[in-house]
Amino acid sequence: MDELLRVSGVTKRFGGLAALDDVTLEVNAGEIYGLIGPNGAGKTTLFNCMTGLYSVTSGQVVFAGAPIQGLKPHEIVQLGFARTFQNIRLFANMTAKENVMVGRHPRTRAGVLGAVLRCARTRAEEAAIHDKARALIDYVGLKHKGRTLAGHLSYGDQRRLEIARALATEPRLLALDEPVAGMNPTERRQMGELFQKLRQGGVTLLLIEHDVKLVMGLCDRVAVLDYGRKIAEGAAEAVQRDHAVITAYLGGEAA
Amino acid sequence: MLKSLREHPRLVMALLALVLCALPFLIGAGLGNSWVRVLDFALLYVLLALGLNIVVGYAGLLDLGYIAFYALGAYLYAWLASPHFGLHLPFWAVLPLGAAMAGVFGVLLGAPTLRLRGDYLAIVTLGFGEIIRIFMNNLNAPFNLTNGPQGMNLIDPVSVGAVSFGKPLEVAGMTLPSTYLNYYLFLAATLLVIVVAMRLQDSRIGRAWAALREDEVAAAAMGINTRNVKLLAFAMGATFGGLAGGLFAAFQGFISPESFTLWESILVLCMIVLGGMGNIPGVILGAVILTVIPEALRYIGDLQRATLGHVVVDPSDLRMLLFGMALVAMMLYRPAGLIPSRQRKREFGAQDGVAEQEQADLYDARA
Repeated sequence: MDELLRVSGVTKRFGGLAALDDVTLEVNAGEIYGLIGPNGAGKTTLFNCMTGLYSVTSGQVVFAGAPIQGLKPHEIVQLGFARTFQNIRLFANMTAKENVMVGRHPRTRAGVLGAVLRCARTRAEEAAIHDKARALIDYVGLKHKGRTLAGHLSYGDQRRLEIARALATEPRLLALDEPVAGMNPTERRQMGELFQKLRQGGVTLLLIEHDVKLVMGLCDRVAVLDYGRKIAEGAAEAVQRDHAVITAYLGGEAA
Repeated sequence: MLKSLREHPRLVMALLALVLCALPFLIGAGLGNSWVRVLDFALLYVLLALGLNIVVGYAGLLDLGYIAFYALGAYLYAWLASPHFGLHLPFWAVLPLGAAMAGVFGVLLGAPTLRLRGDYLAIVTLGFGEIIRIFMNNLNAPFNLTNGPQGMNLIDPVSVGAVSFGKPLEVAGMTLPSTYLNYYLFLAATLLVIVVAMRLQDSRIGRAWAALREDEVAAAAMGINTRNVKLLAFAMGATFGGLAGGLFAAFQGFISPESFTLWESILVLCMIVLGGMGNIPGVILGAVILTVIPEALRYIGDLQRATLGHVVVDPSDLRMLLFGMALVAMMLYRPAGLIPSRQRKREFGAQDGVAEQEQADLYDARA
């Protein structure tokens, strides 16, 4: 299988604390890759390092064959690597549709002149942005909610909207930071179905998740982080039985 | 009545155009030429407020040194069209140059502030505004660039062909004072800027500014180059400011650093806050109110003299008092401005927002 993302030997230090310590992993094109670990294991830090919000202390991040560490977040999105946030970061005072329309930014071109002159090309581009936004809102299951303010959507719908907004940037790899946190089992199942649909649509998924059941049912491969180090990686079932993983989750005494 | 008006937008536009064209005659006949002059200044402030609105209202960058760009536009006009350097370039060359130079300075002053937000940005921009003014005040030696605090005089008025906007014009037996002529010039500039601002707001760039204002990190994660988009906001705002400055210089014929104090920056900011940040009709209303009301309050001095025989309260003191009270009252009762933008209204009024929301949902369900 094609390797889409490779993280090799990534270390991130905050002062004396190593939030990530020599983490290496590969995500293949077309798979759903899970990243699990106890609270504070460094999962979100790893996301931030990959997507340009943090600079790595050392190590390399390679996306689609090109190194991306040191690039700005918007440059990484441009390459086709989008993300969502653990604590939802929608544009709360814009409508759902407007949120998704913002996501079209890296795939459209109109500048000041185009906007002011409203030439045929700009008008066509705007129309395409509207259509695409509407289609994506339907796609993630928010039909008829396009005119709702993002801040007024229910929690689950906000998570869906964040995914729609990220999809608007046409990612090859979509990194989801705890996308089903705080959802009930039905909502979780529905989100799982959405992820499958995304994968079938050709998007590779990288998933941070606490819900072991969801991860096990969904992910092709799983990596486990603990105290900033990768302690296990492999097929979901194998990882579940891994001694180090059990120790990390249940504490040293239980082992 | 209102509803039927809303159904005929063309009619409303035609009426509005008629009123705008007739306005100087109505006001000139009713209140005198000095009020047409006030009207001219109101339009200049509308231009400034629309420019600052791009920076503060759209992109959410609090700029307290905005008047510096007004100053740059005015000084460039004076350099290129006055006896100071003996240059007398035509207005159609100087005004765009002034706007462009202000735009470049917008980027130059914006660049160092990219990492700053909120209060810190306000302090730094305030400093920039003062630096420009102090430069203008002191650049009369060793090389006399600005003529220092005395300012620059005898600036060429705008002239189209043989018609000079600085002198009254005889047309069909009527005499149009220069304030009338400049009114139409300023009106044209204002309409142009309104169209540009409206189109920018409803575009890819406008959405990027709104996203930036809401959440900078999320905006970057949506592929928006936050640096460029911020600089663009500074540049666009400064361009409008520079244009207004050029018009101001041509209109007044005289400029000095006194016209470009911090107070002016704050006044323009007050205009957009009062009217409704981010909303073009609101910003226009705010600019007109804050230009016209202080002038109207001058009459309070005459009124006191007529009724009490002497001036008890100095009208200029009273103006400040009323101005302050109006702002406090506004913050309490209409925090989003007189005519708030949709987005602002949502931020301030959760209750209204919910009702509007339900309305939108209903509409959406039907559509």
